[in-house]
Amino acid sequence: MQAARHHDRIIRIQSEPFDVPAETARLRAGRADIGAIVTFTGLCRGEEGRLQALELEHYPGMAEEEIARVADTALARWPLMGLTAIHRFGLIRPGEDIVLVITTSAHRRVAFEAADFMMDYLKTRAPFWKREHLLDGTTGSWVEAKGEDEQAAARW
Amino acid sequence: MTGQAATKLVYFAWVRERVGMAEEHADLPAGVITVADLLNWQKTRGENYEHAFEHANVIRVALDKTHALHDAPITGATEIAFFPPMTGG
Repeated sequence: MQAARHHDRIIRIQSEPFDVPAETARLRAGRADIGAIVTFTGLCRGEEGRLQALELEHYPGMAEEEIARVADTALARWPLMGLTAIHRFGLIRPGEDIVLVITTSAHRRVAFEAADFMMDYLKTRAPFWKREHLLDGTTGSWVEAKGEDEQAAARW
Repeated sequence: MTGQAATKLVYFAWVRERVGMAEEHADLPAGVITVADLLNWQKTRGENYEHAFEHANVIRVALDKTHALHDAPITGATEIAFFPPMTGG
């Protein structure tokens, strides 16, 4: 009998776009014990044509560390086979991807719940701040944190 | 010099803009024990700080890249970050 394979944990903070199919393939490569993959991609909305780009500022070092802490909490809480979390920074145009979370597990419920948990915690704990750059050339305001995000994270 | 190394203070988003710099080194006064003490002290450092830390209760603080509550002691932290509630994801 083959020894159980350890879970994979991939965390990256980057300015360049990510490749969702490639990241999904990485988590499932060479293993036949996965029964469910949940992929969540967060995108930059155009805000009805008002937005030229979102600027994402981050705290280098802490961003990786904090997402790793959240990932470790998820891995301790749910029997996952793999977990990927990738968050972009810099200028991101409408229609582009911002954040990716992938969870793999034997059964779907675990993968759904862990991905939902990851996103709720990423939004309230990962040190990133969004600012709007508008099509009329002005730099808009910093996006305000939503109380409902805190409430969503408090569910867990 | 008090013999204690200066602490690195870093600022992000609108806290950075209001303070007018991304980072600095500062000697913290002896009476600054907790994060709340530190926020109160920041307010006394000039108009830009007064503006940045006006609503200190909403400002988040990280001690050596770890989130800290306002009643946490800052003991031994070498890098202290100040920022608004996060809006990533």
